Amino acid sequence: MRDENRVPVQIGSFEQVVLPHLDAAYNLARWLVRKPQDAEDIVQEAYLRAFKFFGGYQGGDARFWVLKIVRNTSYSFLEKNRTANLAEEFDETVHTAVSEQSGVEGALAQSVDSQMLRKALDELPVNFREVIVLRELEGMSYKEIAELMGKPIGTVMSGLARARTQLKERLIRRRAEEGQHGLRK
Amino acid sequence: MACENSERMLHAYFDGELDLVRSLEFEEHLKTCPQCASELREQQSLRDSLRAGNLYERAPDGLRSRLRAALPAEVRPQSISTSRRPVIEWLAIAAAILIVLFLGVKVIPDIGSQKQNLVAEEIVASHIRSLQPGHLMDVESTDQHTVKPWFDGKLDFAPSVVDLAPQGFPLAGGRLDYIGRRNVAALIYQRQKHFINVFIWPEEKNDAKAPEIQTIQGYNLVFWSHDGMNYCAVSDLNTTELRQFADLLSR
Repeated sequence: MRDENRVPVQIGSFEQVVLPHLDAAYNLARWLVRKPQDAEDIVQEAYLRAFKFFGGYQGGDARFWVLKIVRNTSYSFLEKNRTANLAEEFDETVHTAVSEQSGVEGALAQSVDSQMLRKALDELPVNFREVIVLRELEGMSYKEIAELMGKPIGTVMSGLARARTQLKERLIRRRAEEGQHGLRK
Repeated sequence: MACENSERMLHAYFDGELDLVRSLEFEEHLKTCPQCASELREQQSLRDSLRAGNLYERAPDGLRSRLRAALPAEVRPQSISTSRRPVIEWLAIAAAILIVLFLGVKVIPDIGSQKQNLVAEEIVASHIRSLQPGHLMDVESTDQHTVKPWFDGKLDFAPSVVDLAPQGFPLAGGRLDYIGRRNVAALIYQRQKHFINVFIWPEEKNDAKAPEIQTIQGYNLVFWSHDGMNYCAVSDLNTTELRQFADLLSR
């Protein structure tokens, strides 16, 4: 491929355009694959890919472009390393059933301990983790998330609603298990 | 839990993804649904915790250096320094400076347009605020002879108030507002379900300006001057009808 190394000067160099999004790249990979070492490998692979395809980068939102590559790399990794547990993780209906019949009562009145929050988020199915991370930590709009995930906006909207409900229920349950009281105001 | 019908709406509202009309509808619903109101508070508390919880995973330094080593030499950050800025860039900078010097005089009028942009943003903000419950009107009347005298003593000028109901833009009321560091008159008109805010304030220089259209955050604005007054109409109405409305007002 002749164009591989052509750096389009009018857009900016790879360094100016792609490297500043390293934190966003790592954050997404880390929340998708969960293990720090795997996340590092994925980001490295994604960045090498990004470098290779940089000639085809048309300008526009560079973070989006980087995250798209990171996302694809992460999901291929998850597919390849799919274990029995992971297979279940992809099937959100299993989890929905739990969440919707759980009837967890109580309210999330005060703020939550961050360690507990981290664990609860890590336990969500991967696509639920993803929408929460993109929306709450990356601050992306529904439209951007939909484009990144290649899904309709309506799906993102209901996915986010269900993800948050599950996260909240998990937190309430964890609190109850740890014998902390005062869930209800 | 939010009530059954509103779960998706609640999240879209919470994320600021609803359009104005739906957002107002949902706020109405909130007033009568304690379930949704309490869910909204819990979601806010969850969001606060997510943001306060240091959950954002920044790339470790080790990754940065590994990446530098793995990427081809020409993109390694340390290999690029300002001293290697290509000659062409220096030439471009010099040219830019020269152009600014030559056009110095020409640039000054742009300050006027910058000011207009600030005013335009204030106007959009005010328009949005006015559509929140209870903010739209100080004097609610479709009668121009009620609205116009209402402004007496509240402003140092007398805005002209005309009802355009026969032309399909009924007058709905008036309001005092504050734009560009002065009190201005705001008239509210309706076009079917759309509200139009018209802001009116005296001109500094007396020169009639033809309508000028601008779009900010999806709202359309038309600026014009007429009979010593500045006008700006703002709405989510399409530009064609808004322009038509401006023409009717300047007659």
